[in-house]
Amino acid sequence: MNVMQTNTSTPAFDLKGSRLTTLVLYFYRTDNTAIAAELKEKVAQAPSVFKQAPVILDLRAICNDQQTLDIPFLIEMLRGYGMLPIGVRGGNPKLNSLALAMGLNLFADLKNERNQTVEQIEDEQTVLSKLPPDAQLVPAKIIEHPVRSGQQIFSTGDLIILSMVSPGAEILAYRHIHVYGPLRGRALAGIQGDSTARIFCQKLEAQLVSIAGQYQINEDLSPALMGKPAQIYLKEEQLCIEPF
Amino acid sequence: MKGKTFQKGITMAKIIVVTSGKGGVGKTTTAAAFSTALALRGYKTVVIDFDVGLRNLDLVMGCERRVVYDLINVINHEGNLNQALIKDKRVENLFILPASQTRNKDALTLEGVTTIIEELKERCDFIVCDSPAGIEHGAMMAMYFADEALIVTNPEVSSVRDSDRIIGMLASKTRRAEQGETPIKEHLLVTRYVPSRVTNGDMMSAEDVQEILAVPLLGVIPESKDILRASNSGMPITLEEKSDAGQAYHDAVARFLGETRPMRFLNVKKHFLSRWLGG
Repeated sequence: MNVMQTNTSTPAFDLKGSRLTTLVLYFYRTDNTAIAAELKEKVAQAPSVFKQAPVILDLRAICNDQQTLDIPFLIEMLRGYGMLPIGVRGGNPKLNSLALAMGLNLFADLKNERNQTVEQIEDEQTVLSKLPPDAQLVPAKIIEHPVRSGQQIFSTGDLIILSMVSPGAEILAYRHIHVYGPLRGRALAGIQGDSTARIFCQKLEAQLVSIAGQYQINEDLSPALMGKPAQIYLKEEQLCIEPF
Repeated sequence: MKGKTFQKGITMAKIIVVTSGKGGVGKTTTAAAFSTALALRGYKTVVIDFDVGLRNLDLVMGCERRVVYDLINVINHEGNLNQALIKDKRVENLFILPASQTRNKDALTLEGVTTIIEELKERCDFIVCDSPAGIEHGAMMAMYFADEALIVTNPEVSSVRDSDRIIGMLASKTRRAEQGETPIKEHLLVTRYVPSRVTNGDMMSAEDVQEILAVPLLGVIPESKDILRASNSGMPITLEEKSDAGQAYHDAVARFLGETRPMRFLNVKKHFLSRWLGG
């Protein structure tokens, strides 16, 4: 009977995730007087914001300082302003034990890890950009089928199209573009600013050609060049279209 | 007349999509004419209307009043394929699977279409899929399973541009493309062609269209008053023996099946004109 009642009654609790805005206090110095003065000023700006606000103390910047941060003093001060210090993170063993003694918790130092990862990635990029240009060679992309209207082909190196490029299609490359069929769509070479990039085509009927952002639309192309083999390149920031 | 490869029960059916991108260029007319011509040659042929919500094929095929169950009913298991297939009264071996007029194209599920195609494949020689206009879901479903494609294009720039877009999709968004099989075989069909206007320079020539699309030309269908009359009376144009458009479709079907036929109706010719005017 009792068992049945337990089963049919409403549960004793629900466990749900919830978000709570937490303030994080980053310490850069261990000087009590300076911290107290700055904190007083901060709270005076908007006292209500700090009432009942959970606060985490971030100790990363000062955990190696010779002078130990006076955690008991700070906790008392924060509580005096109505804040709820709940824990510390990024501290050393000594700071952590002080915090635990004050009834605070130790939070995992997630952010620190993430920062390290970002720094590592940045380091790798720096290394990459310092390599000689040859080490960064990207293979050319070769397309054997027609590039139809609405399609877009992009290459981080050279782009070689063995078939045609229809009107309404777009081909883009960081480096040179070669088109062995009729070029009737849009061709943009050197789109990352490589002004030495060129476009070579067997039959120029393009809607638009562009080298490193300098472009020309079909209407501006010389009728004498239309349908002819041509190369397009930049000379003193001017777009040159020359027949072969 | 039956080719070796298409003998009933021996090989799976060949799936042909009739597509164009642009509307009003003659997809449904072509689907009706082509499937009728194939059936006249003895091939068991099913023509499916994929234009859900704008059902037209049954009108052009003259079986509107016999529609009870449709494609969507079969997909939703509200009726079976045998109930939905309408047998043509004039041509042996010809069946029509109509679209639903009351639903929209989202009701066409890939699973549903797969089941229908798989079942039909074992029962006939050719499945002709009449695609709706546009590049949305209905058109994608119509082309997905295709082995060959009839690209219907009018000799004018916007139709050619839209066809180009569709050809790009045939090469990238279909079953054959996704599974890395041999690509869909494409055929260009230029419709509503008026040789005299091409000579005047008003209209693009079939050569121009073919050159821009880079797809083999299967046929050129001349603009004809017969087509409107035939459509309105529910008669596929390939059943009208005297019509030049009907003859052009028969030629195209012959080429599709591997026969060699000279291209007629490409030029303004005296004998052509006199026959045309003389009816």
